[in-house]
Amino acid sequence: MTDTLTVQPELIRAKPEPERSVKRRSKGRAYPIFRVLMLTLTVVLFVAPLVWMVMASLKTNVDIYDPGKTFAFTPTLDNYINVLSRNNYFTFIFNSFWVALWSTIFSLILGVPAAYAMSRFTMHRSAMVVLMARIIPGVSLLVPWYFIFANLKMVGGFGVLILSHMFVALPLIVYIMISYFDSMPLELEEQAQVDGLTPIGAFLRISLPLSAPGLATAGILSFIFSWNNFMFALVLSGANTKTLPVAIFNFVSYASIDWGSLMSAAVVVTVPIMVIALFTQKYIVSGLTAGATKG
Amino acid sequence: MTATVAIRPTAWKTYSAWANRHRKWLFAAPAMIFVGLLIAVPLAWTAYLSVTDSQGSVRAPSSFVGIANYLKVLGDTDRYWPAVLRTFTFTGGALAAELVLGMGIALLLWRPFRGEKWVRVAILLPLVATPVAVGMMWRLIFDPNIGFANQVLRWIGIPPQPWLSGQATALPTLMFVDVWQWTPMIVLILLAGLTSLSEEPDEAARIDGANAWQRFWFVTLPLMRTTVVVAIVLRGIDALKTFDILYATKGTGGGSFHEVETLNVYAYGLSFDYNDYGTASTVLILFFLLIIAIMWMVTYRRKGNRS
Repeated sequence: MTDTLTVQPELIRAKPEPERSVKRRSKGRAYPIFRVLMLTLTVVLFVAPLVWMVMASLKTNVDIYDPGKTFAFTPTLDNYINVLSRNNYFTFIFNSFWVALWSTIFSLILGVPAAYAMSRFTMHRSAMVVLMARIIPGVSLLVPWYFIFANLKMVGGFGVLILSHMFVALPLIVYIMISYFDSMPLELEEQAQVDGLTPIGAFLRISLPLSAPGLATAGILSFIFSWNNFMFALVLSGANTKTLPVAIFNFVSYASIDWGSLMSAAVVVTVPIMVIALFTQKYIVSGLTAGATKG
Repeated sequence: MTATVAIRPTAWKTYSAWANRHRKWLFAAPAMIFVGLLIAVPLAWTAYLSVTDSQGSVRAPSSFVGIANYLKVLGDTDRYWPAVLRTFTFTGGALAAELVLGMGIALLLWRPFRGEKWVRVAILLPLVATPVAVGMMWRLIFDPNIGFANQVLRWIGIPPQPWLSGQATALPTLMFVDVWQWTPMIVLILLAGLTSLSEEPDEAARIDGANAWQRFWFVTLPLMRTTVVVAIVLRGIDALKTFDILYATKGTGGGSFHEVETLNVYAYGLSFDYNDYGTASTVLILFFLLIIAIMWMVTYRRKGNRS
């Protein structure tokens, strides 16, 4: 009697359960495993080519041609020494850095107040004018640019490179900062104006300091886009103002490709940007996804 | 002395009041003028060049030819129309693959898990890598003789492929490279959209007995419509204009059979390798109109859907 009493409730409770519980448990186990496998596969597919590039940059050209030495090889820094010492690479690194730095600074100076006004006064059409720079194909402007700036004796100098890279950076900054200012509450500025600041004063002393994360996002992304830009520098740079992407491209215009050096040159251009990206991940993601979730 | 001291604050005040009254345009105008000048003047010039037979140097004498260039380009089934087709194939194919893969990966990343940070870092790396360097990297990986791609094929017993050097395989290979580099951007945008969704509709559907696929297709995806459109617009514009990886891997003319020559590569070659500015400008104006038309259609459809 006591036995049946203790067993029975379990039987009753178990009756409607089996199907669901089995289903749920099997699904509950399968999905996490599937997820881990797929995520691992994703990471491998995205990272492996980069690892391959770094490995090739550490091989001699003989080893690159030897399939037996795909993974087992004696690493050497010769390619890096070759690239950095023989090909003026430090000049190109400096050029890329210098152009990216100043085009970012000038674009922030022009773009942030513009984005502020466009956000606060909802100037959609004016914003479109700036964003046109992102839509229009760069090639369609390059021929006139080349001849205008050649007349001004600017082709081959830093000025024209900075200007052309600002053309890339400015719409990006305006786009990011508009969505940043849109999400910032008006109350603080209004309070500051009640307390006696002028509207411009409220922008400079309240909104601007508060938008520091947005400024960091816009600044980092515009630096990266300028650093990576190829087409404008390909046409507008001179022998002394060549940026890294152009220098890498020129590497292969010769008859046979020196793969080891080419890969180490590619590593030299990508690794600084990836290191920046590692430390500023949060900002980069928020910049790339700016405006993605609003209506 | 006293006069200047008395005047300066007033002058400053007048200026400050003026600046504050006109701050809207004082703030917005410099950026707009900068972009406007860099676009309007060159675009007008390009439009002008497209009705001339300008060649060699834009300062060399050229004559007005009316719409002759447009007739020539629009009747050019040898280079122009194949380039249009390739532009659309490249953009459409790469974009479709990026959206499907991007949505899949975004769903995998959606709910928090341990090591999330590292996966996010990993997918950010292709995104920030310099496209020219990426092109060179894949050029080595896809090298028919020494590349890793063919080595893998040999291991699993598939005959080696020509990849970038094949006339039929070059464009798909480059679409793959584009997918590798830009799927992460779609992932990030879609993930931002997913994270901003409220959990209630999904929860309600779960209680009503909807399975995972039904919940995705009938609940999550419709809610994500705006985000998906934003992703398509942002990525689509850039994909149409792809230049770096095409030029870095195949060079002038998109290879010896023009197998990867898109509109952008074609126009660049006409401008800077052949110095045929008349034809180049015509191609560019047509390309520009095409992009504007696509943009207009997408925004028009969006507005139409919402109302």
